[in-house]
Amino acid sequence: MADEVNQEVATPAPRPQGRPDRPDRGPGARDGGRKFFRRKKLCKFCVEKIDDINYKDVRLLGQFVAERGKIVPRRLTGVCTPHQRRLTAAIKRARNIALLPFAAR
Amino acid sequence: MQRAYEVMFIVRPDLIEEDLDKLVAMLQTHATGAGATVKNTEKMGKRRLAYDVKKFQEGQYVLFTLEGDGKAIHELERRMRVTEPVIKFITVRTDEEQQRLEKARKLRAARIRRPPAEAAAAESESPAVNA
Repeated sequence: MADEVNQEVATPAPRPQGRPDRPDRGPGARDGGRKFFRRKKLCKFCVEKIDDINYKDVRLLGQFVAERGKIVPRRLTGVCTPHQRRLTAAIKRARNIALLPFAAR
Repeated sequence: MQRAYEVMFIVRPDLIEEDLDKLVAMLQTHATGAGATVKNTEKMGKRRLAYDVKKFQEGQYVLFTLEGDGKAIHELERRMRVTEPVIKFITVRTDEEQQRLEKARKLRAARIRRPPAEAAAAESESPAVNA
């Protein structure tokens, strides 16, 4: 973690010229560094070893459906591609039998 | 060609318990008459629908687990379409999914039981056991 911060500082960050009177920075000073640290998201189905993504399991599917009833993209949930494919199929089936909405409200 | 299917259907909410039982029994006889065998019947109770179906906001869900060929399923679907209290249904073929799950489960079990080096060897012999 500390290594990363140092690297970020070492890279030439675009700094406004003509402002020499800024307070001294220690080695740990952070500017232009990474603003937020995002934890690598893991696929829920891989981690919890859920093999069966069933369309009847509304509670499970509901976690991957946004408020308006849309399927939440992989990049937001961290689900891996094979599981997302099954998940999508299951959600669509659930919609077909009125377990999940096509569009809420 | 015998295959495993699941037929889930929604019955209108104002149907009383007795009539629902009768309807389910009737559909079961239709299914067996068409050449399918009903493995299991599950009444999942009343549920709020995610959207209105035929102006109903609720429905009683029933799930059939069947085994049969496509023709039998087709016939059952036709019957459901003409059965007034059934407001919606879906048929899902489950045999392929079940096979996939079983395979995954077996693989996992083998991996836990044996050290990883032997697991590879186990993988190559497990198809022979299946056949």
